[in-house]
Amino acid sequence: MSVQAAPAPGSGPIEGAGARRLTERVFRVRELGIVIALVLLIAVTAILEPRFVETNSLRNLALNASIFAILAVGQTLVIVTRNVDLSVGSVLGLSAFLAGDLLSGDQGLALPIVFALGIALGAACGLLNGVLVTWGRVPALVVTLGTLYAFRGIAFLWTDGRQVNAETLPDAFLNLGTDSVLGVPFLVLIALIVVVAVGQWLRDYRAGRELYAIGSNPEGARLAGVRSDRRVLTAFVLAGALAGLGGVLFTARFGTVDATAGTGYELTVIAAAVVGGVAIFGGTGSVYGAALGALLLGTITSSLIVLRVEAFWQQAAIGALLLVAIALDRLVGLRVDAALRRRSARRVG
Amino acid sequence: MLADTATSPSTTAAPAPAGQPREGSAARVRAMAGRWETLLVGLIVATAVFGQSVSSEFLSADSFTTGSLDLSEVALMALALTLVIVAAEIDLSVASVLALSSALMADLWNRGLPLEFIMPICLVVGALCGAFNGWLVTHLGLPSLAVTIGTLALFRGLAYVVIGDESVTDFPATWTDRGFGNFAGTFVPNTIVLFTMVAVAFAVLLHATPFGRSIYAIGANQEAARFAGLRVKRIKLILFVLSGTVAALAGIVITLRNSTAAANVGVGFELTAITAVLLGGVSIFGGRGTIVGVILALVLLGAIQKAILLSETISSYWIQIVTGVLLVGSVLGPNIAARATEARRLRSRQRPEEG
Repeated sequence: MSVQAAPAPGSGPIEGAGARRLTERVFRVRELGIVIALVLLIAVTAILEPRFVETNSLRNLALNASIFAILAVGQTLVIVTRNVDLSVGSVLGLSAFLAGDLLSGDQGLALPIVFALGIALGAACGLLNGVLVTWGRVPALVVTLGTLYAFRGIAFLWTDGRQVNAETLPDAFLNLGTDSVLGVPFLVLIALIVVVAVGQWLRDYRAGRELYAIGSNPEGARLAGVRSDRRVLTAFVLAGALAGLGGVLFTARFGTVDATAGTGYELTVIAAAVVGGVAIFGGTGSVYGAALGALLLGTITSSLIVLRVEAFWQQAAIGALLLVAIALDRLVGLRVDAALRRRSARRVG
Repeated sequence: MLADTATSPSTTAAPAPAGQPREGSAARVRAMAGRWETLLVGLIVATAVFGQSVSSEFLSADSFTTGSLDLSEVALMALALTLVIVAAEIDLSVASVLALSSALMADLWNRGLPLEFIMPICLVVGALCGAFNGWLVTHLGLPSLAVTIGTLALFRGLAYVVIGDESVTDFPATWTDRGFGNFAGTFVPNTIVLFTMVAVAFAVLLHATPFGRSIYAIGANQEAARFAGLRVKRIKLILFVLSGTVAALAGIVITLRNSTAAANVGVGFELTAITAVLLGGVSIFGGRGTIVGVILALVLLGAIQKAILLSETISSYWIQIVTGVLLVGSVLGPNIAARATEARRLRSRQRPEEG
């Protein structure tokens, strides 16, 4: 299931369009698959335990998945370019503490400023990652493993054992984590806006398409005139900015923040993206799939709790799901590749 | 990330150390890469000097004992991981296998089995975990990064399924003493003696056997290795099995050393182990690196930790920052040096034409 965004040699415009249609259809089927899994999961859980579909419980579910969905969107941008960002958890921790620290120091601080600073801090971290990857030519896995430690260490140094508590935060800020706009929780609204905005950008805009081209075939993209370094840098900055946004929202939702906020999130976020059909080797997947993946992982956790399946099965279930998802992707991918080959064979012949 | 090995003429990793010395920047970079171990030794000496200046206890038998003990498990896992990464694969599930092994040990002990039986069972289960990873990677053709993120969750989850959130502490003192104690009256912990034996075994396997050479061949160019008649799938499968087995061994070690078994031991150890491997000069793209480099990296990490912990003025949080900076620097430094050499070469080539 690879999106051949880079112009393949010898492919006419018509065939290209056909290939695009085919891969888009597979995309949609893939996302539909997650939606069906989600609906089934919720339905089965609801039959066994009707309280699961009460508004309150579904609301909590959506709230919990929102932050992960935002992080998964950022991660998708990076993974699509055949890179990875392991530092998201640490970046989230930094900006979560920044938000908490700023607001407990000055309760009257305007919230947009807090958001802007949190996002800017995240973007700065992303910029550092991106510069090291593009200019420094250091593999993304190495860079972001290093900054995972370094950013977390900075968070520890900065907080120096302090903790921000909900009591010291202004109510207006904490309400963001619980309030609703027109019946939709504010957090969910932000996540939806992020998903749709980034999703359309990645799908329809030149810069977005070029991310796929870079991930499908780095050398081909470069030969086709794609400014790979600049695009990859953009992807890292955006991923960092979204992790920064996630950090501010984390503080709003949970109220209590210390230096450990977001520890271990990186693997969950990558898992969400991969479950959502984002191939770990780039070039494939959509932001919508990744967000759905985050929602699915969140739903599994909640429904296992509701069903009083021993909490201990949660992680095992998530791991198994991830393996099933990539195995299915592989099978579908082989089929699509074969179909694309048959098409081009027909045209040549 | 890991996929580029076969396709792109690698821009990041310097070529294999076995190449003939040639004129020009490539040879110089090659020589530098060959000296990565030298640089690590230099860093270790610098850390030792720094550590001694921070506290006179640094260069003492006691601080060696405590400092090395804490790294025992990560060190063990890093050895097998070195082979996996040289073959251009990765295994993120090692810390979860460690936890599963620890959990299993507790459960079987509670059921009344003697430890002498339990430990081989744990090793076999670890081998099976590794075989599962390897099967998914080699026979289904799935990327190891994604597979082992999945089994990281799966195996950790199974550890919780086995013993829940309880912890077991009533292991017999004869065994826990072995886990915590020093070797025959010296200041060297038993776990480090065990590490040394495993390290020698892996060094021989990687550097002195045909099997080891084929790991490099696979890591450098998997297609070429396959065409050359190497049984790529089987070799990779064996590497994952080794990684799982050693991780289970590390699980036994950490259980005996702390005389505690719990499902939440070693969370995040996989990243520390990978850090040690990469800092040791092993290329994340495969095909390059040595066991000696990884051991030196482990010594360096241990020394930095100990120096910062002994210091009264430096916060222990600096350990993470220094680790991260070193990791990135270990790849960035050679890259920048290579680029500078390249630029100089271009300039010196242009000058005669201009004049």
